[in-house]
Amino acid sequence: MSEVKYSKEHEWIKLEGDVATIGITKHATEMLGDIVFTELPEKGSNVEKDGTAGVVESTKAASDVYTPVSGEVVDTNQEIVDDPSKINQDPENSAWFFKLKIKDKSEMDSLMNKDDYDKFAKETTT
Amino acid sequence: MNIKKTPLYQLHQENRAKFVEFAGYQMPIQYSKGIVEEHKFTRSHSGIFDVSHMGQLFIYGGEDLIKDLEKIFPLNLKNLKLNHSKYSFLMDKDAGIHDDLIITKTNEGFLIILNAACKDDDFKILKELLEEKYKMVLDENRSLIAIQGPKSPQILNDVIDGVKDLNFMSGNWFLFQDHKVYITRSGYTGEDGFEISIPNDFVDKLTRELINKGSKLIGLGARDTLRLEAGLCLYGHDLDKDKTPVEANLKWAISKERISKGDFIGSDIIIKQLNNGVSKIRVGIKPEGRIIAREKTKIFNQLDVHIGEITSGTFGPSVNGPVAMGYVENEFSKKDTKVFLEVRGKKHAASICNLPFYKKSYVKGAN
Repeated sequence: MSEVKYSKEHEWIKLEGDVATIGITKHATEMLGDIVFTELPEKGSNVEKDGTAGVVESTKAASDVYTPVSGEVVDTNQEIVDDPSKINQDPENSAWFFKLKIKDKSEMDSLMNKDDYDKFAKETTT
Repeated sequence: MNIKKTPLYQLHQENRAKFVEFAGYQMPIQYSKGIVEEHKFTRSHSGIFDVSHMGQLFIYGGEDLIKDLEKIFPLNLKNLKLNHSKYSFLMDKDAGIHDDLIITKTNEGFLIILNAACKDDDFKILKELLEEKYKMVLDENRSLIAIQGPKSPQILNDVIDGVKDLNFMSGNWFLFQDHKVYITRSGYTGEDGFEISIPNDFVDKLTRELINKGSKLIGLGARDTLRLEAGLCLYGHDLDKDKTPVEANLKWAISKERISKGDFIGSDIIIKQLNNGVSKIRVGIKPEGRIIAREKTKIFNQLDVHIGEITSGTFGPSVNGPVAMGYVENEFSKKDTKVFLEVRGKKHAASICNLPFYKKSYVKGAN
């Protein structure tokens, strides 16, 4: 089974074959509050590990979305652009952001597993 | 500097508030339900706002005080009825706005509600302008809460009988369990509602009773989206020392009679601007699509010339889309003028629009 991994920027990533699905964590949505605007990368574009690959905005502020691995954008989730509140409702499942055809699987190695991320998220809550 | 807490701090905590520091106070930005829910609840039911960080300045005096205050504020205070309120501003000689405020005539003088970040400066400025002739109290022993939204008149009336009979922008003293409270029918959300000045020791009790009757605590986050939808200015953003009331499109708040006499601080500039026009003016701006243009976003015309800047911008939950206001060069201020907003390096289409974005359709005095 594919394991879900997590980044320090509060993204989750699920790898199936060489396609990774990426979204933001429930913890991230709780910190952001109500999300009212989403911008996603363009299909066919290339994104670099730790680079920006989108934007989410709450009523309060805009935040960049980073990609935890490099790759080519093969799909984006139009549903969360049309109705950004879906991200607050189901962030780690149906409200995924984009899918990447990844270049280098070893980029996954430095990411956290669920237990480590939960611990990290708890510590970074201010 | 020590961060101050309002007397409702514990109640905010019990309601799982997220706090932010605002003007030296620990204030609730939102509670567990979030800004969008809080905003909509206020518009459909009733919301309670802790605005105890704002200044409550009592100035005591009679006829002389009225004359002296008319040298400062562009209002006809002589004709202002007892317990009636007016929106106004404290200006400098160049008509730059040092604060915007609500002034109410009381039986002992005036009550002025000031912005939290400005209140200490305002106090000093007014004390100097009034040459210490009058007793002035920036009352730290009283809290201020607002209750806003269509269900608020009934809810508040159930706790304090008689408030329902107040007219908009007027107030009076009432009793809450033998404690004197001053209540005005006013607010800053575009909804019907009240502001209640109450001794610190009893504000927690009153607020809990209002919650029991069906009102809910609402944070500063929703207060901001509510006031922006209502087209109301936020000091330090839409108003500051570099802007005049005429530029801010607030000339409705200046007494016509006072302009003809022109004997208040800043009147020279105000009269000049009213006669000759202004180079920049505050307008409503509606972005196309969902893009949110926040404060400091640059505004361009169709020829890609920089013509202004956004001063407030967010997502309006009742409008269900982005809303903004800002200042543009006067010739681009006409309704429906096409403009472009630069957000994250890209230009997005928008148009100049009338304010407010959201207008309540209630009958004055109806419940």
